[in-house]
Amino acid sequence: MELLYARDIYGKTLIELGKKDKRVIVLDADLSGSTRTAMFAKEFPERFFNFGVAEQNMMAASAGLASCGKIVFVSTFAMFATARPLDQLRNTVCYNNFNVKIVATHAGITVGEDGSSHQALEDIAILRSIPNIRIVVPADAPEARDAIISAYNTEGPFYIRLGRAKVPTIQNKRPFALGKGYILEEGKDLAIIACGIMVYQALEANKILKEKGISATVANIHTIKPIDEKFIVDIARRHKHIMVCEEHQSVGGLYSSVCEVLSRENPVKIQSVGVNDRFGQSGSPQELLDAYELSSPHIARKAESFLMAAQS
Amino acid sequence: MKKKIKSLKRKANQIRKLIIEMLATAGSGHPGGSLSSTEIIACLFFEVLRHNPKDPTWPKRDRFHLSKGHACPVLYAALSLCGYFDKEELWHLRKFGALLQGHADRRVPGIDVGSGSLGQGLSVALGMALAGKIDKEDYRVYCLMGDGELQEGNIWEAAMAAAHFRVDNLCGIVDYNRFQIDGRIEEVMNLEPLVNKWEAFGWHVVQCDGHNIEELLECFREADSTKGKPTVIIAHTVKGKGVSFMEHVVDFHGRAPSEKERKIALEELEEIESAEESIE
Repeated sequence: MELLYARDIYGKTLIELGKKDKRVIVLDADLSGSTRTAMFAKEFPERFFNFGVAEQNMMAASAGLASCGKIVFVSTFAMFATARPLDQLRNTVCYNNFNVKIVATHAGITVGEDGSSHQALEDIAILRSIPNIRIVVPADAPEARDAIISAYNTEGPFYIRLGRAKVPTIQNKRPFALGKGYILEEGKDLAIIACGIMVYQALEANKILKEKGISATVANIHTIKPIDEKFIVDIARRHKHIMVCEEHQSVGGLYSSVCEVLSRENPVKIQSVGVNDRFGQSGSPQELLDAYELSSPHIARKAESFLMAAQS
Repeated sequence: MKKKIKSLKRKANQIRKLIIEMLATAGSGHPGGSLSSTEIIACLFFEVLRHNPKDPTWPKRDRFHLSKGHACPVLYAALSLCGYFDKEELWHLRKFGALLQGHADRRVPGIDVGSGSLGQGLSVALGMALAGKIDKEDYRVYCLMGDGELQEGNIWEAAMAAAHFRVDNLCGIVDYNRFQIDGRIEEVMNLEPLVNKWEAFGWHVVQCDGHNIEELLECFREADSTKGKPTVIIAHTVKGKGVSFMEHVVDFHGRAPSEKERKIALEELEEIESAEESIE
Protein backbone atom coordinates (compact mmCIF):
# COMPACT_ATOMS: atom_id res chain seq x y z
CA MET A 1 0.00 0.00 0.00
CA GLU A 2 1.36 3.36 -1.05
CA LEU A 3 1.37 6.01 1.71
CA LEU A 4 1.90 9.63 0.69
CA TYR A 5 1.68 13.08 2.17
CA ALA A 6 -0.93 15.01 0.20
CA ARG A 7 0.95 18.19 1.12
CA ASP A 8 4.12 16.88 -0.57
CA ILE A 9 2.08 16.51 -3.73
CA TYR A 10 0.74 20.04 -3.17
CA GLY A 11 4.27 21.46 -3.07
CA LYS A 12 5.23 19.60 -6.26
CA THR A 13 2.04 20.60 -8.04
CA LEU A 14 2.62 24.25 -7.15
CA ILE A 15 6.06 24.13 -8.79
CA GLU A 16 4.54 22.54 -11.87
CA LEU A 17 1.89 25.27 -12.09
CA GLY A 18 4.43 27.99 -11.28
CA LYS A 19 6.63 26.87 -14.16
CA LYS A 20 3.92 27.02 -16.75
CA ASP A 21 2.06 30.10 -15.50
CA LYS A 22 3.64 33.30 -14.22
CA ARG A 23 0.31 34.40 -12.78
CA VAL A 24 0.60 31.79 -10.03
CA ILE A 25 1.43 33.47 -6.70
CA VAL A 26 1.71 31.66 -3.37
CA LEU A 27 1.09 33.09 0.10
CA ASP A 28 1.72 31.47 3.45
CA ALA A 29 1.56 32.51 7.09
CA ASP A 30 4.69 31.13 8.73
CA LEU A 31 3.84 27.50 8.05
CA SER A 32 5.47 27.10 4.65
CA GLY A 33 7.59 24.16 5.80
CA SER A 34 4.53 22.26 7.00
CA THR A 35 2.21 23.18 4.15
CA ARG A 36 5.07 22.58 1.65
CA THR A 37 4.65 25.97 -0.03
CA ALA A 38 8.36 26.36 0.87
CA MET A 39 9.05 24.11 -2.13
CA PHE A 40 7.49 26.76 -4.39
CA ALA A 41 9.24 29.56 -2.46
CA LYS A 42 12.62 27.99 -3.18
CA GLU A 43 11.88 27.75 -6.89
CA PHE A 44 10.09 31.08 -7.34
CA PRO A 45 11.11 33.42 -4.50
CA GLU A 46 9.77 36.47 -6.35
CA ARG A 47 6.28 34.97 -6.47
CA PHE A 48 6.09 33.77 -2.88
CA PHE A 49 5.18 35.93 0.09
CA ASN A 50 5.42 34.87 3.70
CA PHE A 51 2.97 37.00 5.66
CA GLY A 52 4.15 35.88 9.07
CA VAL A 53 1.55 34.91 11.65
CA ALA A 54 -1.08 37.25 10.19
CA GLU A 55 -3.74 35.28 8.35
CA GLN A 56 -6.27 38.11 8.10
CA ASN A 57 -3.79 40.27 6.22
CA MET A 58 -2.79 37.35 4.01
CA MET A 59 -6.39 36.56 3.10
CA ALA A 60 -7.36 40.15 2.24
CA ALA A 61 -4.08 40.71 0.36
CA SER A 62 -4.85 37.64 -1.77
CA ALA A 63 -7.90 39.52 -3.04
CA GLY A 64 -5.76 42.53 -4.00
CA LEU A 65 -3.37 40.29 -5.92
CA ALA A 66 -6.23 38.46 -7.61
CA SER A 67 -7.79 41.79 -8.63
CA CYS A 68 -4.60 42.35 -10.66
CA GLY A 69 -5.02 39.08 -12.54
CA LYS A 70 -2.99 36.77 -10.31
CA ILE A 71 -3.99 33.20 -9.47
CA VAL A 72 -3.32 33.18 -5.77
CA PHE A 73 -2.73 30.05 -3.70
CA VAL A 74 -3.12 30.74 0.01
CA SER A 75 -1.94 28.18 2.52
CA THR A 76 -1.83 27.62 6.25
CA PHE A 77 -3.40 25.06 8.58
CA ALA A 78 -7.14 24.55 8.06
CA MET A 79 -7.88 26.03 11.47
CA PHE A 80 -6.15 29.31 10.60
CA ALA A 81 -7.32 29.42 6.98
CA THR A 82 -11.01 29.41 7.81
CA ALA A 83 -11.98 30.50 11.30
CA ARG A 84 -9.37 33.23 11.83
CA PRO A 85 -9.71 35.17 8.55
CA LEU A 86 -13.38 34.34 7.94
CA ASP A 87 -14.54 37.93 7.47
CA GLN A 88 -11.74 38.58 4.96
CA LEU A 89 -12.60 35.33 3.19
CA ARG A 90 -16.32 36.00 3.12
CA ASN A 91 -16.44 39.70 2.32
CA THR A 92 -13.28 40.31 0.36
CA VAL A 93 -12.49 37.03 -1.40
CA CYS A 94 -15.86 35.31 -1.89
CA TYR A 95 -18.21 38.27 -2.31
CA ASN A 96 -15.89 39.71 -4.94
CA ASN A 97 -15.54 36.19 -6.41
CA PHE A 98 -11.77 36.35 -6.74
CA ASN A 99 -9.49 33.70 -8.15
CA VAL A 100 -8.08 32.67 -4.79
CA LYS A 101 -7.30 29.02 -4.03
CA ILE A 102 -7.10 28.25 -0.35
CA VAL A 103 -5.23 25.00 0.06
CA ALA A 104 -5.32 24.23 3.76
CA THR A 105 -3.36 21.43 5.37
CA HIS A 106 -3.63 19.84 8.82
CA ALA A 107 -7.41 19.50 8.69
CA GLY A 108 -9.25 17.05 10.91
CA ILE A 109 -8.58 14.96 13.97
CA THR A 110 -5.57 13.19 12.41
CA VAL A 111 -3.47 16.30 13.07
CA GLY A 112 -2.85 14.17 16.13
CA GLU A 113 -0.52 15.16 18.93
CA ASP A 114 -0.96 18.97 18.58
CA GLY A 115 -4.44 18.57 20.02
CA SER A 116 -7.74 20.37 19.78
CA SER A 117 -6.58 23.93 19.00
CA HIS A 118 -5.02 22.67 15.75
CA GLN A 119 -7.66 20.14 14.68
CA ALA A 120 -10.13 21.85 12.35
CA LEU A 121 -13.37 19.89 12.56
CA GLU A 122 -15.79 22.61 11.50
CA ASP A 123 -14.04 24.20 8.52
CA ILE A 124 -16.36 22.68 5.92
CA ALA A 125 -19.43 23.76 7.89
CA ILE A 126 -18.09 27.30 8.15
CA LEU A 127 -17.35 27.63 4.45
CA ARG A 128 -20.27 25.74 3.02
CA SER A 129 -22.70 28.55 3.84
CA ILE A 130 -20.69 31.10 1.83
CA PRO A 131 -21.69 31.68 -1.81
CA ASN A 132 -19.18 31.40 -4.69
CA ILE A 133 -16.60 29.19 -2.97
CA ARG A 134 -16.07 25.59 -4.06
CA ILE A 135 -14.99 23.01 -1.48
CA VAL A 136 -12.97 19.89 -2.33
CA VAL A 137 -11.81 17.21 0.11
CA PRO A 138 -9.49 14.84 -1.77
CA ALA A 139 -9.36 11.19 -0.72
CA ASP A 140 -5.61 10.76 -1.21
CA ALA A 141 -2.48 12.42 -2.54
CA PRO A 142 -3.04 11.83 -6.28
CA GLU A 143 -6.60 13.11 -5.95
CA ALA A 144 -5.22 16.17 -4.15
CA ARG A 145 -3.09 16.87 -7.21
CA ASP A 146 -6.13 16.56 -9.49
CA ALA A 147 -8.14 18.87 -7.22
CA ILE A 148 -5.39 21.50 -7.18
CA ILE A 149 -5.07 21.45 -10.97
CA SER A 150 -8.82 21.61 -11.33
CA ALA A 151 -8.92 24.62 -9.00
CA TYR A 152 -6.17 26.27 -11.03
CA ASN A 153 -8.18 25.72 -14.22
CA THR A 154 -11.48 26.94 -12.75
CA GLU A 155 -12.08 30.64 -12.15
CA GLY A 156 -13.20 31.62 -8.64
CA PRO A 157 -12.48 30.87 -4.99
CA PHE A 158 -11.70 27.33 -3.82
CA TYR A 159 -11.09 25.60 -0.53
CA ILE A 160 -9.08 22.40 -0.78
CA ARG A 161 -8.82 20.45 2.44
CA LEU A 162 -5.71 18.38 3.08
CA GLY A 163 -4.50 16.55 6.17
CA ARG A 164 -1.22 16.35 8.01
CA ALA A 165 -0.61 12.60 8.06
CA LYS A 166 0.40 10.31 5.22
CA VAL A 167 -2.62 8.85 3.46
CA PRO A 168 -2.97 5.52 1.70
CA THR A 169 -3.47 5.80 -2.03
CA ILE A 170 -6.85 4.42 -3.06
CA GLN A 171 -6.91 1.90 -5.92
CA ASN A 172 -9.37 2.04 -8.81
CA LYS A 173 -10.33 5.68 -8.45
CA ARG A 174 -12.27 7.30 -11.29
CA PRO A 175 -10.72 10.23 -13.15
CA PHE A 176 -11.25 13.41 -11.14
CA ALA A 177 -14.15 15.56 -12.27
CA LEU A 178 -14.94 18.63 -10.20
CA GLY A 179 -18.41 18.38 -8.67
CA LYS A 180 -18.81 14.67 -9.51
CA GLY A 181 -18.97 11.79 -7.07
CA TYR A 182 -18.12 8.24 -8.07
CA ILE A 183 -18.63 4.67 -6.91
CA LEU A 184 -15.60 2.68 -5.77
CA GLU A 185 -17.36 -0.54 -4.83
CA GLU A 186 -20.85 -1.75 -5.66
CA GLY A 187 -22.95 -3.43 -2.97
CA LYS A 188 -26.60 -3.95 -2.21
CA ASP A 189 -27.27 -3.72 1.54
CA LEU A 190 -26.31 -0.13 2.16
CA ALA A 191 -24.30 2.71 0.69
CA ILE A 192 -21.37 4.40 2.42
CA ILE A 193 -20.58 7.87 1.10
CA ALA A 194 -17.28 9.32 2.26
CA CYS A 195 -14.81 12.10 1.64
CA GLY A 196 -11.15 12.65 2.43
CA ILE A 197 -9.30 10.06 4.47
CA MET A 198 -12.64 8.47 5.40
CA VAL A 199 -12.85 6.97 1.90
CA TYR A 200 -10.04 4.60 2.84
CA GLN A 201 -11.69 3.85 6.19
CA ALA A 202 -14.96 3.11 4.40
CA LEU A 203 -13.26 0.68 2.01
CA GLU A 204 -11.60 -1.07 4.96
CA ALA A 205 -14.94 -1.22 6.77
CA ASN A 206 -16.46 -2.84 3.72
CA LYS A 207 -13.92 -5.68 4.01
CA ILE A 208 -15.11 -6.31 7.58
CA LEU A 209 -18.75 -6.14 6.49
CA LYS A 210 -18.17 -8.57 3.62
CA GLU A 211 -16.94 -11.18 6.10
CA LYS A 212 -20.27 -10.81 7.86
CA GLY A 213 -22.21 -11.22 4.66
CA ILE A 214 -23.05 -7.56 4.25
CA SER A 215 -22.19 -5.78 1.03
CA ALA A 216 -21.96 -2.02 0.83
CA THR A 217 -21.67 0.40 -2.02
CA VAL A 218 -18.75 2.73 -1.29
CA ALA A 219 -18.78 6.16 -2.91
CA ASN A 220 -16.33 9.04 -2.88
CA ILE A 221 -17.75 12.54 -2.95
CA HIS A 222 -14.66 14.75 -2.99
CA THR A 223 -16.49 17.93 -3.99
CA ILE A 224 -18.63 19.05 -1.07
CA LYS A 225 -19.67 22.22 -2.83
CA PRO A 226 -21.25 22.23 -5.31
CA ILE A 227 -22.61 18.87 -4.16
CA ASP A 228 -23.37 16.20 -6.77
CA GLU A 229 -27.13 16.03 -6.21
CA LYS A 230 -27.87 13.70 -9.10
CA PHE A 231 -25.29 11.20 -7.90
CA ILE A 232 -26.64 11.23 -4.33
CA VAL A 233 -30.23 10.82 -5.49
CA ASP A 234 -29.19 7.95 -7.74
CA ILE A 235 -27.53 6.19 -4.76
CA ALA A 236 -30.62 6.79 -2.61
CA ARG A 237 -32.87 5.26 -5.28
CA ARG A 238 -30.82 2.07 -5.12
CA HIS A 239 -30.21 1.90 -1.35
CA LYS A 240 -32.58 2.25 1.59
CA HIS A 241 -29.74 2.95 3.98
CA ILE A 242 -26.96 5.46 3.59
CA MET A 243 -24.03 6.18 5.87
CA VAL A 244 -21.96 9.31 5.45
CA CYS A 245 -18.38 9.35 6.75
CA GLU A 246 -16.25 12.44 7.27
CA GLU A 247 -13.37 13.57 9.44
CA HIS A 248 -15.41 16.59 10.52
CA GLN A 249 -18.26 17.49 12.83
CA SER A 250 -21.42 15.66 11.82
CA VAL A 251 -23.07 19.06 11.62
CA GLY A 252 -22.62 21.15 8.51
CA GLY A 253 -20.35 18.94 6.41
CA LEU A 254 -20.89 16.08 3.96
CA TYR A 255 -23.55 14.36 6.10
CA SER A 256 -25.56 17.58 6.20
CA SER A 257 -25.09 18.05 2.46
CA VAL A 258 -26.41 14.57 1.72
CA CYS A 259 -29.33 15.00 4.15
CA GLU A 260 -30.25 18.32 2.57
CA VAL A 261 -30.39 16.81 -0.89
CA LEU A 262 -32.26 13.65 0.08
CA SER A 263 -34.80 15.21 2.44
CA ARG A 264 -36.00 17.12 -0.60
CA GLU A 265 -35.48 14.64 -3.41
CA ASN A 266 -35.64 11.12 -2.05
CA PRO A 267 -35.87 10.62 1.74
CA VAL A 268 -34.12 7.50 3.08
CA LYS A 269 -32.49 6.61 6.40
CA ILE A 270 -29.14 8.37 6.66
CA GLN A 271 -26.59 7.82 9.40
CA SER A 272 -23.56 9.92 10.22
CA VAL A 273 -20.05 8.80 10.96
CA GLY A 274 -18.43 12.04 12.05
CA VAL A 275 -17.32 13.88 15.13
CA ASN A 276 -20.30 14.20 17.43
CA ASP A 277 -20.20 17.77 18.75
CA ARG A 278 -16.87 17.36 20.54
CA PHE A 279 -13.48 19.02 20.39
CA GLY A 280 -10.41 16.98 19.55
CA GLN A 281 -7.44 16.20 21.80
CA SER A 282 -3.87 14.98 21.67
CA GLY A 283 -3.04 11.47 20.56
CA SER A 284 -1.76 9.57 17.55
CA PRO A 285 -3.93 9.79 14.43
CA GLN A 286 -4.97 6.15 14.76
CA GLU A 287 -5.76 6.49 18.47
CA LEU A 288 -7.92 9.49 17.71
CA LEU A 289 -9.71 7.87 14.76
CA ASP A 290 -10.58 5.02 17.14
CA ALA A 291 -11.50 7.25 20.08
CA TYR A 292 -13.80 9.40 17.98
CA GLU A 293 -15.30 6.29 16.34
CA LEU A 294 -14.19 7.19 12.84
CA SER A 295 -12.01 4.16 12.03
CA SER A 296 -13.08 1.24 9.87
CA PRO A 297 -14.16 -1.14 12.69
CA HIS A 298 -16.45 1.57 14.02
CA ILE A 299 -17.88 2.22 10.57
CA ALA A 300 -18.54 -1.53 10.16
CA ARG A 301 -20.12 -1.77 13.62
CA LYS A 302 -22.34 1.24 13.00
CA ALA A 303 -23.37 -0.12 9.61
CA GLU A 304 -24.38 -3.41 11.16
CA SER A 305 -26.48 -1.86 13.90
CA PHE A 306 -27.97 0.56 11.38
CA LEU A 307 -29.20 -2.37 9.30
CA MET A 308 -30.33 -4.36 12.35
CA ALA A 309 -32.35 -1.45 13.69
CA ALA A 310 -34.08 -1.24 10.33
CA GLN A 311 -35.05 -4.89 10.43
CA SER A 312 -36.47 -4.85 13.97
CA MET B 1 -1.26 75.91 -10.45
CA LYS B 2 -3.88 78.36 -9.17
CA LYS B 3 -6.14 77.35 -11.99
CA LYS B 4 -5.69 73.69 -11.15
CA ILE B 5 -6.51 74.28 -7.49
CA LYS B 6 -9.56 76.29 -8.36
CA SER B 7 -10.73 73.55 -10.68
CA LEU B 8 -10.23 70.89 -7.99
CA LYS B 9 -12.15 73.01 -5.47
CA ARG B 10 -14.96 73.21 -7.98
CA LYS B 11 -14.90 69.41 -8.36
CA ALA B 12 -15.01 69.01 -4.58
CA ASN B 13 -18.05 71.23 -4.43
CA GLN B 14 -19.77 69.29 -7.17
CA ILE B 15 -19.01 66.04 -5.35
CA ARG B 16 -20.40 67.42 -2.07
CA LYS B 17 -23.63 68.47 -3.73
CA LEU B 18 -23.99 65.05 -5.33
CA ILE B 19 -23.36 63.36 -1.95
CA ILE B 20 -26.17 65.38 -0.35
CA GLU B 21 -28.57 64.80 -3.21
CA MET B 22 -27.75 61.13 -3.52
CA LEU B 23 -28.18 60.43 0.19
CA ALA B 24 -31.35 62.50 0.52
CA THR B 25 -32.81 60.55 -2.40
CA ALA B 26 -31.67 57.23 -0.94
CA GLY B 27 -33.03 58.11 2.49
CA SER B 28 -30.12 56.38 4.23
CA GLY B 29 -26.34 56.22 4.08
CA HIS B 30 -23.23 57.92 5.43
CA PRO B 31 -22.74 61.64 4.76
CA GLY B 32 -20.23 62.49 7.52
CA GLY B 33 -17.27 60.45 6.33
CA SER B 34 -18.08 61.12 2.67
CA LEU B 35 -17.95 64.90 3.16
CA SER B 36 -14.75 64.68 5.23
CA SER B 37 -12.91 62.87 2.44
CA THR B 38 -14.23 64.92 -0.48
CA GLU B 39 -11.04 66.92 -1.20
CA ILE B 40 -8.93 63.76 -0.91
CA ILE B 41 -11.11 62.02 -3.49
CA ALA B 42 -11.26 65.10 -5.74
CA CYS B 43 -7.45 65.37 -5.76
CA LEU B 44 -7.05 61.69 -6.51
CA PHE B 45 -9.61 61.31 -9.30
CA PHE B 46 -9.07 64.68 -10.99
CA GLU B 47 -5.31 65.12 -10.59
CA VAL B 48 -3.25 62.36 -8.98
CA LEU B 49 -4.52 59.08 -10.41
CA ARG B 50 -3.42 57.80 -13.80
CA HIS B 51 -6.68 56.32 -15.03
CA ASN B 52 -8.97 56.11 -18.01
CA PRO B 53 -12.72 56.05 -17.32
CA LYS B 54 -13.28 54.71 -20.84
CA ASP B 55 -11.13 51.69 -19.98
CA PRO B 56 -11.72 50.94 -16.29
CA THR B 57 -9.58 47.79 -16.32
CA TRP B 58 -6.59 49.32 -18.16
CA PRO B 59 -3.71 47.25 -16.70
CA LYS B 60 -1.41 50.25 -16.26
CA ARG B 61 -3.94 52.30 -14.27
CA ASP B 62 -3.17 53.48 -10.78
CA ARG B 63 -5.30 51.60 -8.27
CA PHE B 64 -7.57 53.24 -5.75
CA HIS B 65 -9.16 51.21 -2.99
CA LEU B 66 -11.75 52.59 -0.61
CA SER B 67 -11.18 50.78 2.66
CA LYS B 68 -13.88 52.80 4.45
CA GLY B 69 -16.58 51.32 2.22
CA HIS B 70 -19.41 53.21 3.92
CA ALA B 71 -18.04 56.42 2.36
CA CYS B 72 -18.99 55.06 -1.08
CA PRO B 73 -21.17 58.13 -1.88
CA VAL B 74 -18.04 60.26 -2.27
CA LEU B 75 -16.51 57.63 -4.54
CA TYR B 76 -19.69 57.09 -6.56
CA ALA B 77 -19.98 60.86 -7.06
CA ALA B 78 -16.38 61.14 -8.28
CA LEU B 79 -16.67 58.11 -10.56
CA SER B 80 -19.85 59.45 -12.14
CA LEU B 81 -18.23 62.86 -12.71
CA CYS B 82 -15.28 61.10 -14.36
CA GLY B 83 -17.74 59.30 -16.63
CA TYR B 84 -17.30 55.73 -15.35
CA PHE B 85 -21.09 55.33 -15.40
CA ASP B 86 -24.23 57.33 -16.07
CA LYS B 87 -24.97 59.96 -13.42
CA GLU B 88 -28.55 58.70 -13.40
CA GLU B 89 -27.33 55.70 -11.35
CA LEU B 90 -26.71 58.02 -8.39
CA TRP B 91 -30.45 58.42 -7.87
CA HIS B 92 -30.88 54.67 -7.36
CA LEU B 93 -28.25 54.40 -4.62
CA ARG B 94 -29.15 51.71 -2.05
CA LYS B 95 -32.32 50.73 -3.91
CA PHE B 96 -33.25 47.18 -4.81
CA GLY B 97 -31.55 46.12 -8.02
CA ALA B 98 -29.31 49.20 -8.12
CA LEU B 99 -25.77 49.23 -9.45
CA LEU B 100 -24.77 51.41 -6.51
CA GLN B 101 -24.97 49.21 -3.43
CA GLY B 102 -24.94 50.50 0.14
CA HIS B 103 -21.22 49.82 0.39
CA ALA B 104 -18.59 49.98 -2.36
CA ASP B 105 -19.14 47.16 -4.82
CA ARG B 106 -16.96 45.59 -7.50
CA ARG B 107 -19.79 45.60 -10.05
CA VAL B 108 -19.36 49.37 -10.35
CA PRO B 109 -17.00 50.35 -13.19
CA GLY B 110 -13.94 51.93 -11.57
CA ILE B 111 -14.12 49.84 -8.40
CA ASP B 112 -11.66 46.93 -8.41
CA VAL B 113 -12.51 45.44 -5.03
CA GLY B 114 -15.65 45.94 -2.99
CA SER B 115 -15.48 46.88 0.68
CA GLY B 116 -17.68 47.49 3.68
CA SER B 117 -16.33 45.28 6.42
CA LEU B 118 -13.72 47.55 7.96
CA GLY B 119 -10.01 47.11 8.40
CA GLN B 120 -9.32 45.01 5.32
CA GLY B 121 -8.59 47.64 2.71
CA LEU B 122 -4.94 48.23 3.43
CA SER B 123 -4.33 44.50 2.94
CA VAL B 124 -6.17 44.60 -0.38
CA ALA B 125 -4.07 47.58 -1.46
CA LEU B 126 -0.93 45.76 -0.31
CA GLY B 127 -1.88 42.86 -2.58
CA MET B 128 -2.28 45.26 -5.50
CA ALA B 129 1.07 46.90 -4.71
CA LEU B 130 2.80 43.51 -4.59
CA ALA B 131 1.26 42.61 -7.96
CA GLY B 132 2.67 45.84 -9.39
CA LYS B 133 6.14 45.01 -8.06
CA ILE B 134 5.98 41.43 -9.40
CA ASP B 135 4.95 42.67 -12.83
CA LYS B 136 7.49 45.52 -12.74
CA GLU B 137 4.68 47.94 -13.54
CA ASP B 138 4.98 51.55 -12.44
CA TYR B 139 1.37 52.02 -11.34
CA ARG B 140 0.74 53.32 -7.85
CA VAL B 141 -1.82 52.13 -5.31
CA TYR B 142 -3.83 54.47 -3.08
CA CYS B 143 -5.93 53.33 -0.15
CA LEU B 144 -8.32 55.60 1.73
CA MET B 145 -8.87 54.51 5.31
CA GLY B 146 -11.18 55.83 7.96
CA ASP B 147 -9.83 56.68 11.38
CA GLY B 148 -12.25 54.42 13.26
CA GLU B 149 -11.17 51.39 11.28
CA LEU B 150 -7.58 51.86 12.42
CA GLN B 151 -8.82 50.15 15.58
CA GLU B 152 -8.93 46.89 13.62
CA GLY B 153 -5.91 44.63 14.10
CA ASN B 154 -5.93 43.72 10.42
CA ILE B 155 -4.82 47.27 9.54
CA TRP B 156 -1.67 46.90 11.60
CA GLU B 157 -0.93 43.48 10.16
CA ALA B 158 -1.05 45.15 6.76
CA ALA B 159 1.01 48.11 7.95
CA MET B 160 3.72 45.77 9.23
CA ALA B 161 3.76 43.74 6.02
CA ALA B 162 3.77 46.76 3.67
CA ALA B 163 6.91 48.11 5.34
CA HIS B 164 8.46 44.63 5.38
CA PHE B 165 7.84 44.17 1.65
CA ARG B 166 9.01 47.78 1.00
CA VAL B 167 6.06 48.59 -1.26
CA ASP B 168 6.90 52.22 -1.98
CA ASN B 169 4.22 52.16 -4.69
CA LEU B 170 1.61 52.12 -1.91
CA CYS B 171 0.16 55.27 -0.39
CA GLY B 172 -2.32 55.13 2.47
CA ILE B 173 -4.53 58.07 3.35
CA VAL B 174 -6.19 58.36 6.74
CA ASP B 175 -9.32 60.51 6.81
CA TYR B 176 -8.77 61.68 10.38
CA ASN B 177 -12.09 63.32 11.14
CA ARG B 178 -11.94 62.17 14.77
CA PHE B 179 -15.41 60.68 14.96
CA GLN B 180 -16.76 57.15 14.78
CA ILE B 181 -20.32 55.87 15.11
CA ASP B 182 -20.36 55.80 18.89
CA GLY B 183 -18.72 59.18 19.35
CA ARG B 184 -15.32 60.87 19.55
CA ILE B 185 -12.44 58.58 18.63
CA GLU B 186 -10.49 59.66 21.69
CA GLU B 187 -13.40 58.62 23.89
CA VAL B 188 -14.35 55.37 22.14
CA MET B 189 -10.83 54.08 21.47
CA ASN B 190 -7.98 56.51 21.28
CA LEU B 191 -5.62 56.25 18.29
CA GLU B 192 -2.94 58.65 19.48
CA PRO B 193 -0.05 58.93 19.11
CA LEU B 194 -1.03 58.08 15.53
CA VAL B 195 1.99 59.48 13.71
CA ASN B 196 4.33 57.58 16.01
CA LYS B 197 2.39 54.37 15.39
CA TRP B 198 2.78 54.55 11.61
CA GLU B 199 6.42 55.57 11.93
CA ALA B 200 7.07 52.72 14.32
CA PHE B 201 5.59 50.35 11.74
CA GLY B 202 8.12 51.60 9.20
CA TRP B 203 6.07 54.05 7.15
CA HIS B 204 6.93 57.49 5.88
CA VAL B 205 4.33 59.80 7.44
CA VAL B 206 3.10 63.14 6.13
CA GLN B 207 0.30 65.24 7.57
CA CYS B 208 -1.92 67.91 6.14
CA ASP B 209 -5.20 69.73 6.34
CA GLY B 210 -7.33 67.24 4.45
CA HIS B 211 -9.47 70.01 2.99
CA ASN B 212 -6.56 72.02 1.64
CA ILE B 213 -6.00 71.05 -2.00
CA GLU B 214 -2.48 72.50 -2.21
CA GLU B 215 -1.36 70.67 0.92
CA LEU B 216 -2.93 67.42 -0.25
CA LEU B 217 -1.24 67.63 -3.66
CA GLU B 218 2.08 68.30 -1.95
CA CYS B 219 1.59 65.21 0.23
CA PHE B 220 0.79 63.05 -2.80
CA ARG B 221 3.95 64.37 -4.52
CA GLU B 222 6.02 63.51 -1.46
CA ALA B 223 4.50 60.02 -1.29
CA ASP B 224 5.34 59.51 -4.97
CA SER B 225 8.97 60.48 -4.46
CA THR B 226 9.51 58.46 -1.27
CA LYS B 227 11.43 55.30 -2.07
CA GLY B 228 11.99 52.13 -0.09
CA LYS B 229 8.94 52.41 2.13
CA PRO B 230 5.22 53.08 1.89
CA THR B 231 3.81 56.50 2.75
CA VAL B 232 0.75 57.34 4.78
CA ILE B 233 -0.92 60.73 4.56
CA ILE B 234 -2.67 61.65 7.78
CA ALA B 235 -5.29 64.05 6.53
CA HIS B 236 -6.83 66.10 9.33
CA THR B 237 -10.43 66.59 8.36
CA VAL B 238 -13.81 67.70 9.62
CA LYS B 239 -16.60 65.17 9.70
CA GLY B 240 -19.53 66.48 7.66
CA LYS B 241 -17.34 69.22 6.14
CA GLY B 242 -19.13 71.92 4.14
CA VAL B 243 -22.57 71.61 5.71
CA SER B 244 -22.79 73.66 8.92
CA PHE B 245 -25.25 71.44 10.77
CA MET B 246 -23.35 68.26 9.87
CA GLU B 247 -19.86 69.40 10.84
CA HIS B 248 -18.52 67.51 13.88
CA VAL B 249 -21.99 66.00 14.41
CA VAL B 250 -21.73 62.29 15.09
CA ASP B 251 -25.39 61.71 14.22
CA PHE B 252 -24.53 62.34 10.57
CA HIS B 253 -22.05 59.49 10.45
CA GLY B 254 -24.83 57.24 9.26
CA ARG B 255 -27.96 59.34 8.80
CA ALA B 256 -29.13 60.79 5.51
CA PRO B 257 -30.35 64.38 5.32
CA SER B 258 -34.11 64.94 5.34
CA GLU B 259 -35.75 66.86 2.49
CA LYS B 260 -35.53 70.07 4.52
CA GLU B 261 -31.92 69.42 5.45
CA ARG B 262 -31.11 68.65 1.82
CA LYS B 263 -32.32 72.10 0.75
CA ILE B 264 -30.38 73.93 3.45
CA ALA B 265 -27.24 71.88 2.77
CA LEU B 266 -27.38 72.58 -0.97
CA GLU B 267 -27.91 76.29 -0.35
CA GLU B 268 -24.87 76.37 1.91
CA LEU B 269 -22.77 74.54 -0.66
CA GLU B 270 -23.94 76.93 -3.40
CA GLU B 271 -22.87 79.84 -1.22
CA ILE B 272 -19.43 78.35 -0.65
CA GLU B 273 -19.14 77.76 -4.39
CA SER B 274 -20.04 81.29 -5.42
CA ALA B 275 -17.75 82.74 -2.75
CA GLU B 276 -14.88 80.67 -4.16
CA GLU B 277 -15.74 81.57 -7.74
CA SER B 278 -15.61 85.27 -6.91
CA ILE B 279 -12.01 84.98 -5.59
CA GLU B 280 -9.60 85.43 -8.45
